[in-house]
Amino acid sequence: MTQSPTLSRRASSAAPQPRTSRRRGADARAGYTFLLPWLLGFIALTVGPMISSLYLSFTNYNLFDAPKWIGLDNYTTLLQDERFLQSVGVTLQYVVFGTPLKLAAALAIAMLLNSKRKGQGFYRSAFYAPSLIGASVSIAIVWKAMFGDSGPVDQGLSFFGINLGGWVGNPNMTMGMMILLTVWQFGAPMVIFLAGLKQIPADLYEAASMDGAGPVRKFINITWPMLSPVIFFNLLMETIHAFQIFASAYIISNGEGGPAGSTLFYTLYLYLRGFSDFRMGYASAMAWLLVIAVGIITLIFFKTSKSWVHYSGDSK
Amino acid sequence: MATPTQSTPAATQAPVYNPKSESVTAKRIKSAIFHIVALALVVMVLYPAIWMIASSFKPNSEIGGANNALWSANFSFDNFATAMDGIGGVSTLTFFTNSLILAVGAVVGTVLSASVSAYAFARINFPGRGLFFGMMIATLLLPFHVVIIPQYIVFQQLGLVDTYVPLLIGKFLAADAFFVFLMVQFMRGLPAELDEAARIDGAGHARIFGSIMLPLMKPALISTSIFSFIWSWNDFLGPLLYLNTPEKYPLPLALRLFVDQTQSSDYGAMIAMSVLALLPVLVFFLVFQRYIVEGVSTQGLKG
Repeated sequence: MTQSPTLSRRASSAAPQPRTSRRRGADARAGYTFLLPWLLGFIALTVGPMISSLYLSFTNYNLFDAPKWIGLDNYTTLLQDERFLQSVGVTLQYVVFGTPLKLAAALAIAMLLNSKRKGQGFYRSAFYAPSLIGASVSIAIVWKAMFGDSGPVDQGLSFFGINLGGWVGNPNMTMGMMILLTVWQFGAPMVIFLAGLKQIPADLYEAASMDGAGPVRKFINITWPMLSPVIFFNLLMETIHAFQIFASAYIISNGEGGPAGSTLFYTLYLYLRGFSDFRMGYASAMAWLLVIAVGIITLIFFKTSKSWVHYSGDSK
Repeated sequence: MATPTQSTPAATQAPVYNPKSESVTAKRIKSAIFHIVALALVVMVLYPAIWMIASSFKPNSEIGGANNALWSANFSFDNFATAMDGIGGVSTLTFFTNSLILAVGAVVGTVLSASVSAYAFARINFPGRGLFFGMMIATLLLPFHVVIIPQYIVFQQLGLVDTYVPLLIGKFLAADAFFVFLMVQFMRGLPAELDEAARIDGAGHARIFGSIMLPLMKPALISTSIFSFIWSWNDFLGPLLYLNTPEKYPLPLALRLFVDQTQSSDYGAMIAMSVLALLPVLVFFLVFQRYIVEGVSTQGLKG
């Protein structure tokens, strides 16, 4: 930049301070003007509702009569509600088994694809496609048909002499079917892993090869630590996401969470309590317990991340 | 390996030529194995989609049951004809239109509100920016279910249940923090000199945003449009909560109604309708593949 603009500016305004403070004021005004849509949404659609659902969680409210304060009753009732405890169990089972399996599949396929071979773009897109449609009602219907009595899965397994019958009606198999549905959508974390793998400098692997390290050693000593920030990101997002599964569970169980409550996911039970039974205070208490659980899990993830997540450089 | 008895030209040629050709064939074999494995995995992963499309052309009796051939000899469009008839006197075309209205509304609202809000976060210095930015990030992790009950109560009291207002208002208020975040990240990558030069020329924030930022943000705007379209198109919980009249249903809700009413008796039509409901998403994917996959890999967007 040349000197003249600064000179002329200084010449035109005798005192530079009012000018900068005026600019600061203008910036503040512009800042809040531009932020207005988000700010309105944040207050009206997030903060406000959060506070009122916290209040409702201490009341009895059925949408028609005025909310009645009942203190901690909703929370204590929840702890004795067998359906609630079942929904917690179902959801935890899904998160604890589904998420690691999904991420393992994502990482394995990403490592397979991470080479300079032709067709990588095609494979990447093909594996990603299920992530885009997997949570839709259409796929839930297809899943239900595929895992139904004498559906293709049943027939395929019968061919190998495994006669399980349909998975949809069998309470012992529905969880497997739901986990397969989430694992099927491994493409989104895979694409993110692939981007992370590309950032790992090739000379690290070359140096390790010279030292005689095999693929396992290379994975443990190079890939895992170098990729750990991406693994952490995927693990956190997928876990939080898994807690909130709804549409697939609703469709596969006809909105009932059956058979025998085996697909009564947390959000499905919350929906049934709030919008079928109109026990909105009770459902609000459930919603807040979910927020607290997700908050604690996020906190644990961040706390433990220090011991296994390595950020290259000290910039962040 | 060259033996010491060999003449010099052969000796020089052999070590250069042989290992090279060996490694070329080894590479080819490796590459062939890679493609065989990868293709087998692709077929496996895409099998549910293939099965869905194949079944939609089959007569009912051949989906499941003893006849388990993927392609049927009795190929027909009958299922699609049934599916297009719709449910309860409402044509499937109506459901399509409803889905389209909601998705286009979501795209317009999200692009407008997210880009403006992102500009404030990325380019304007104002008190409280850091705090609000942190809160915006926190909403990324917040389970959506904590707000649905109070939101429903308010919309119910305002008489807005069974309208599209509850489904669209959030889009116009940048409630999908993912998109705000995506755009902030993108804008931070644009050189700050652009703004400063424009400021020296006397341009205000409105001018800088409209004439400089927006045109440069095209890739981010395109990813946002694609994803907000697809998410709205697939959304089930929102319409399930707020819409009661079948005439207003978007496709996912219509599909549920269809499943409820036919009670698995007409699998063919059900699957055909599922295919129809996914068709726009699949077309989007084929056309915008690169944008979609790049968007995921750089912004960590979920599917």
